[in-house]
Amino acid sequence: MHLDGNAVAGALADAFGRDVTSAEASCGSCGARQAVASASAYVSAMGWVLRCVHCDAVLAVLIETEGHVRMSMAGVSSLDMPVAGGGA
Amino acid sequence: MTRRPTGWHAAKVTALHPETASARRIELEVPTWPGNDPGAHLDIRLTAPDGYQASRSYSIASSGEGTRVVLAVDEVPNGEVSPFLVEDLLVDDMLEVHGPLGSYFIWSPDSEERPVQLIAGGSGVVPLFAMAEAHALAGDASGFRMLYSVRTPADRFFASDLEGFAAHGSLQLDYVYTRQTPAGWAVPPGRITREVLEAAAWPAEVRPIVYVCGPTPFVETVAGWLTELGHDPRAVLTERFGGG
Ligand SMILES: Cc1cc2nc3c(=O)[nH]c(=O)nc-3n(C[C@H](O)[C@H](O)[C@H](O)COP(=O)(O)OP(=O)(O)OC[C@H]3O[C@@H](n4cnc5c(N)ncnc54)[C@H](O)[C@@H]3O)c2cc1C
Ligand SMILES: [Zn+2]
Repeated sequence: MHLDGNAVAGALADAFGRDVTSAEASCGSCGARQAVASASAYVSAMGWVLRCVHCDAVLAVLIETEGHVRMSMAGVSSLDMPVAGGGA
Repeated sequence: MTRRPTGWHAAKVTALHPETASARRIELEVPTWPGNDPGAHLDIRLTAPDGYQASRSYSIASSGEGTRVVLAVDEVPNGEVSPFLVEDLLVDDMLEVHGPLGSYFIWSPDSEERPVQLIAGGSGVVPLFAMAEAHALAGDASGFRMLYSVRTPADRFFASDLEGFAAHGSLQLDYVYTRQTPAGWAVPPGRITREVLEAAAWPAEVRPIVYVCGPTPFVETVAGWLTELGHDPRAVLTERFGGG
């Protein structure tokens, strides 16, 4: 049963140093923008795959083997998020 | 809204209470916790003596500043992590937690004053309870409603607190019982329907923010109906717990 980007918030926070569930990811395949939290997540003991909620294309993959993590975000064309203290 | 740093923390179990026949409330003391907004979750990572690790996400029933963190975990039969948390965890045990996580599925008392509709399936009530409690404590003026789908009256989480919010008028509370109803209940047990949702939830015209949380099929069914009922998909925030 699939989950959503909320379920991979921890691994993404390790990579980005902050929570990115409310960041907007643009899909490299169909161009749709979606909050990272609303993308579809498929989680297993080996890692996870995050897919576009509109076209199902793979946005990001994380594979964990003993002592090694590999993450690809090749399916995300851009990630937009506010920065602390930003804005006018 | 404050941006809270997320990180790994050592947590000590300070109290354990039965929440229902299959669920347990777990209170943690996390000395380095930065506080959390209502709706956030954390990951718990367990490490076996042989080094094998398993991690799962759990929503946080508490919110605000402070280092006390409350969870409520339902046991999934034959699961890897939840049976340990519900049956074997002891007071004074130490846990490794990662959080707070989930800036997307958050309600903040100082956010826009819009009506809020909470829709919970089973243990999906945990983050929504944190929102309802923060709303009640803040004396916030936005109108809060909760529609809670649960197997039987005995399976309700936070039953007395939720009834308290309802009695004080800070929450309009409606239940859907899927397996067994209280005596004298007007409708037979059954799954939530589009008609029940339409009757109990804020209508799209008042532009509510809607939070839906629970098993994946529940969340997707309800979110689909909300769109059909005219709700703006961007104002329908979802969190899927998996399972079925
Ligand atoms: C963001 C987030 C927040 C969560 N918050 C809570 C919470 O506050 N309280 C809580 O009790 N749970 C919560 N969960 C679910 C929790 O993370 C685990 O999935 C659940 O405890 C089962 O883990 P397990 O290791 O015991 O079972 P697993 O070993 O992972 O699974 C065993 C079997 O049960 C099925 N299953 C997995 N998850 C569920 C489920 N949720 N319901 C029914 N069947 C399931 C699996 O498909 C599998 O067949 C949350 C999940 C997410 C993604
Ligand atoms: Zn896409």
